[in-house]
Amino acid sequence: MGSIRFEGVGKVFGNARTGFKALDDVSLAIGEKEFVAIVGPSGCGKTTCLRMVAGFEGVSAGKVLVNDRPVVRPGADRAVVFQQFALFPWKTVRQNIEFGLRNKRIGKDQRDHLVAGSLKLMSLESHGDAYPHQLSGGMQQRVAIARAYVLDPDVLLMDEPFGALDAQTRVVMQEELVRLARVNPRTVLFITHAVEEAVYLADRVAIMSRRPGTIKEIIDVKTVRLAERWDGHERIEDVMDLESFVHLRTRIWKSLREEKAEIGH
Amino acid sequence: MDSAPLTLGQTLRLGLIGLFVFFGIWLLLPTAGLVPPSFLPSPIAVAERVATLTTEPFAGATLPAHIAYSFTRFIAGFALAALIGIPLGLMMGWFRLVDEIVSPIFDGLRFIAPIAWVPFAALWFGTGIGGPVMIIFAGAFPPCVINAYRGARQVDRRLVEAAEMLGTGHFRMIVDILLPASVPSLVAGLRVAAGLGWQSLVGAELIVASTGVGFMMVQAQANVATSTVMAGMVAIGIVGLAIDMALRWTEASIRRHRGLDG
Ligand SMILES: Nc1ncnc2c1ncn2[C@@H]1O[C@H](COP(=O)(O)OP(=O)(O)OP(=O)(O)O)[C@@H](O)[C@H]1O
Ligand SMILES: [Mg+2]
Repeated sequence: MGSIRFEGVGKVFGNARTGFKALDDVSLAIGEKEFVAIVGPSGCGKTTCLRMVAGFEGVSAGKVLVNDRPVVRPGADRAVVFQQFALFPWKTVRQNIEFGLRNKRIGKDQRDHLVAGSLKLMSLESHGDAYPHQLSGGMQQRVAIARAYVLDPDVLLMDEPFGALDAQTRVVMQEELVRLARVNPRTVLFITHAVEEAVYLADRVAIMSRRPGTIKEIIDVKTVRLAERWDGHERIEDVMDLESFVHLRTRIWKSLREEKAEIGH
Repeated sequence: MDSAPLTLGQTLRLGLIGLFVFFGIWLLLPTAGLVPPSFLPSPIAVAERVATLTTEPFAGATLPAHIAYSFTRFIAGFALAALIGIPLGLMMGWFRLVDEIVSPIFDGLRFIAPIAWVPFAALWFGTGIGGPVMIIFAGAFPPCVINAYRGARQVDRRLVEAAEMLGTGHFRMIVDILLPASVPSLVAGLRVAAGLGWQSLVGAELIVASTGVGFMMVQAQANVATSTVMAGMVAIGIVGLAIDMALRWTEASIRRHRGLDG
C-alpha cells in the first residue's frame, strides 16, 4: 500500500480563463515505500503538488491517484508534516500525537501503547506533558512527525519539514528521518529547497521547473546509494563527502541553475 | 509619540497621582463650600454612607442585598447571552450559510442600544426578574456573537488542515478545533459583554425593577439622598471593576497557557 501517481496533472488558480496556471502536465509515479524528494525554484508548484495528494486542493486537469484511487478529500491514510509544524497549541505533546488515533477510535490501552512508542522513537519521552510552545523548533517538528507516523499512514507527505530549523537541528532531524525510514519504511513525498537534503534522504529526486510548473527531470539516487554503500556511514557529513554524493548533488544543482537562468531572460 | 514602555513602579506612581488629584478635588469642592454638600457629598460622607448602608436598609434592602439582587440578574442575563450568543457567533463564522442568513438581522438589531429595549422589557416581563435580564441580555449578546464570529473566522487554516489530515470528522472539528482555537476571542468577547451587560443592568434597574442597586439609586434621588446615590455609584463601579478584573485574569491566564504572550 502507498503508491502515488500524478497523471498529466494541471492546476489553475482563479477562474479558468483569467486564472494563473501553476502546474502543467505533471506526471510522476511513486512506488510503495519509495522516498521521493521534489526540488525546484520557489513558486514552481511543489507545495501545490503535495496539497493535491493530501486532498487540500483539487486538480484542474489530469488525475492524482493514491493506491490507484483518485484523491477526493483529506484523510489519515495520507499524513502531512507541515513546514510550520501546525501542532495544536492547546494540547500537550501526548494529546497531539494521540489526536489521529482517537479519530480512528483506537482503544485507550492501545493508544497509550502507540503514543509511548512514538515518544520513545522520537526521543520525546520526557516531554509528553509539555505544550508545544514550551518546546524548541526541532522538538516541535519531532512531535509533528510522531503525530503523522503514529497513524501508520500509507503515505507521508512532508513540505519542507526542516525549513524552519537551524542548521544543526536540521542535520540531526535528517539523520533521524533516515533512521526512522529504516525502522519503519513508508512511501514519502518530501519537498525541499535544499539539494543536499534531497540527495541524502531520497530514493529519487524530481526536479521541477516553473512557469508553468512541471517535472523536468528525475534523478535516481537509490542505485548509486546502494552501489556506493552510503548506508555504511553513520553521519551525514561523511556521506556528503563521498564522491558519488558530490557528483549527484552537482548534477541537480546544474539542472536547477539552468532553470533560474532561463527565468532571467 | 512618546512610546517607551513604563516600568511597573512608574505605572503605579502615575496611577496614584491620578487618584490623589481626583479625590483631592472631590474632597475640596464640598468641604471648601464651593458646592453644597447636598449637591456633591464629600468622599468621606459617601464612605460613611456605604458603611451604614451595609446594615441599614434603604428602599427595602441593605446595600449588599441590593448588590446581590443586581448581581443575580446580571449573571442570568450574561449567562443567557453567552449560551446563545457564543454558539450562534461560532456557527456564523464557521458555516457560510448561517452567516448569510443571520448576519443581516443581527447587524440591524445590534445598533439598538440596550436601553432602547426598556419599553419592551417592561411590557413583556414587567419589573420582576425578566425585564432587567432582557436588557442585560441586549447589552451582552452582541459582543458575545461578534467575538465568537471573529474567533471562528480567524481559526488558523493550517490547524484545520492538520486536523483534516488526521481524519477528523465534522463534530470533532467543531468541539476539538473550532472551540479551543477561538477561546481567546471568546473570553475577550465575554469581557466586553460583561462590561456592557453590567452597565445596561443599572440603566435597566433605574426603570424596570423593584430591587437592585439601580432601583436604590432612583429611590434615593427621589428623596434627595445624594450620598446614597453616590454610594450606589461606588458599588456599581467596584462590582464592575471586580467582574472585569476576574475576566481579565482569566483571559491573561489562557493566553499564557497557550504561549500567546511572553
Ligand atoms: N491558493 C492559491 N491561490 C492562488 N495562487 C496560488 C495559491 N496557492 C499557490 N498559488 C500560486 O501557485 C504557484 C505555486 O505555488 P506553490 O506554493 O505550490 O509553490 P512552491 O513551489 O511550493 O514554492 P515555495 O518553494 O516558495 O514554497 C505560486 O506562484 C503561487 O503564488
Ligand atoms: Mg512551498
